[in-house]
Amino acid sequence: MNAMEKRFPTRINFRRGQVDMTHGSGGRAMAQLIEELFIKHFDNELLRQGNDQALFTPPAGRLVMSTDGHVVSPLFFPGGDIGSLSVHGTINDVAVSGARPLYLSAGFILEEGFPLVDLERIVASMANAARAAGVPVVTGDTKVVERGKGDGVFITTTGVGVVPDGLDISGAHARPGDAILVSGSIGDHGVAIMSSRENLAFETAIVSDSAALHGLVADMVKAVPEIHCLRDPTRGGLAATLNEIAYQSRVGMRLEEDDIPLRPEVDAACELLGLDPLYVANEGKLVAICPADKADALLKVMQAHDLGHKAAIIGEVIEDDMGFVTMQTGFGGTRIVDWLAGEQLPRIC
Amino acid sequence: MKYVEEFRQKDIARKLADDIARAAQTGRDYNIMEFCGGHTHAIFRYGVQDLMPENVHFVHGPGCPVCVLPIPRIDAAIELAERHDVILCTYGDMMRVPASRKNSLIKAKAAGADIRMVYSTQDALQIARDNTDRDVVFFAIGFETTTPPTAVAIKQAAAEGLANFTVFCNHVLTPAAIQHILQSPELRELGQVSIDGFLGPSHVSSVIGSAPYDFFAEEFQKPVVIAGFEPLDVMQSALMLIRQVNDGRFEVENEYTRVVTPEGNEVAKTLMAEVFALRRSFEWRGLGEVPYSALRIADAYADWDAEKRFELTKSTGTDVKGCECPAILRGVKKPTDCKLFGTVCTPDNPQGSCMVSSEGSCAAYWSFGRFRMDRVKEAAE
Repeated sequence: MNAMEKRFPTRINFRRGQVDMTHGSGGRAMAQLIEELFIKHFDNELLRQGNDQALFTPPAGRLVMSTDGHVVSPLFFPGGDIGSLSVHGTINDVAVSGARPLYLSAGFILEEGFPLVDLERIVASMANAARAAGVPVVTGDTKVVERGKGDGVFITTTGVGVVPDGLDISGAHARPGDAILVSGSIGDHGVAIMSSRENLAFETAIVSDSAALHGLVADMVKAVPEIHCLRDPTRGGLAATLNEIAYQSRVGMRLEEDDIPLRPEVDAACELLGLDPLYVANEGKLVAICPADKADALLKVMQAHDLGHKAAIIGEVIEDDMGFVTMQTGFGGTRIVDWLAGEQLPRIC
Repeated sequence: MKYVEEFRQKDIARKLADDIARAAQTGRDYNIMEFCGGHTHAIFRYGVQDLMPENVHFVHGPGCPVCVLPIPRIDAAIELAERHDVILCTYGDMMRVPASRKNSLIKAKAAGADIRMVYSTQDALQIARDNTDRDVVFFAIGFETTTPPTAVAIKQAAAEGLANFTVFCNHVLTPAAIQHILQSPELRELGQVSIDGFLGPSHVSSVIGSAPYDFFAEEFQKPVVIAGFEPLDVMQSALMLIRQVNDGRFEVENEYTRVVTPEGNEVAKTLMAEVFALRRSFEWRGLGEVPYSALRIADAYADWDAEKRFELTKSTGTDVKGCECPAILRGVKKPTDCKLFGTVCTPDNPQGSCMVSSEGSCAAYWSFGRFRMDRVKEAAE
């Protein structure tokens, strides 16, 4: 075979190579990185069109679109990495509208000097997550910044999805009397990240709950299309999400601390670190609010799904135009569950 | 969580609540000052006040190490980072505490100062080892609990000859502060605050022991109960205090016997005595100058004293106008008595130190919403 027939005479050395400025310059090196890394792993028909955009005909129905930037540190953590997280995060933001996610885009900001072996690991993990979810990455972008101007890699993903007819899910739709459900134990992601931080490493078996929730959501909206609100409690944890919904819906909420699922090891780690698990991030959990008479049916569907078998009803929506979220503590008193002030854990997603 | 959950059990809390309700006599109030922020936090976090009779009140004391540090000391820390270009290592709690001219460590960091959050003195030492071409200063704060680890770090630096490491020492002493509160004019002359007894510090006492409180109980005729930080500890100790008040006793009792002994931790005390010396006086936010209430680094370890190595301007910064942190720290006012509370001063935009740390009275009031619960109750009535 003649070397001229091959577009790139030598292949990129992913084992020893590093990102350099040419990988973002628009020249041949960038084209080679796209071909030998991104197209190779993400491979799908729309991406293979080879244009600056993916061309597709949307299915009938209402479209939703969501975007999410990912800057997690460390890049690799127990239960995931920035690649899988960037897929799950955006799929979940699309899915909690009740939508079926269709496509993703991915924008990479790479730091000069970043090892290609790590980049390939991240892209492969992203591709696996997208394939497992059935939501392909159909378009993307790569930029390189000088050494010291980034932190390895930042990834922004955008997703589009289509909402089935008959659903009307919004953070503004919680009504007094509604039941509040959560799909499983809280705080796993934040604690997994903390446990792998260099200056705080502690021995733990806790892994991130990072997961794509659209399958769970599909089962839920099929069984109970009357769901009022869905949201994934990421940064700021359960507390932030419930406060957002209470504010949007102009309602109050009353929680039962004893009913909120919490792994003993997460509880113990939070105790040690002085954190409140209510404020610790999740990446594979959702909060659902539905009419009280549908709560048991919804709970059953959630518990039947792999990602919801520890789901629980944790409280109720009450009338309160001040938007307070209160909690009956396991100790027998009452406390307010306020918004998070400041930063409990920086760069967790 | 073994050894923790035992002290958070609802049924025991219920039983203790009944005992307290029976012990508390009607027709009088019981004002219990919890000195430590750790107690304040537990009271709010678990809703302990809900389990108390109407006439038993917790008065929140000055035992939050972040809250009692006066503005000039924070200004000095910022000066170290900005003017002397050091790597300043600090506990995360200090980052948002307001300094002069609306500055704070977190704002100074955003403006380019090299300020790093650490979880322990060991992290700061490691940063010094990794950056031998830079001066690294550990911003040491806290009561007797955090003082021994600072002493260990200084001794390690000395042993390793780590010349680029120094400590900006702000360690303060609990007994001096309690005495100051008991001697304050509001308490002695005006009778504004009637404190009937103290919940004594738990972790501090694990270091200094329970003996140092004997003097107050005797001199000021106020009962002291050394209390653990778990909610059942707080309730059990409140019951012990109420019984002492009823009996007219003023003794030092120890509820936290699983940790605290009369003499404390001898190793830690020896270490502190070797590395630190008493300051003649130290300014506390809220209490003003308090004699012999803080530690400086002993002369033998002067090479590791940031105040000796770097020239620092004498800051005259004062609290924001209208901020009632001083009175709140003395237990004379409640957070809700402050005009700034909840209006311009919130945890997202703190004007005073009590609103910053989760152990501060104002932050606890705000975050755990005691004042709002009261408002809800009022609205219902």
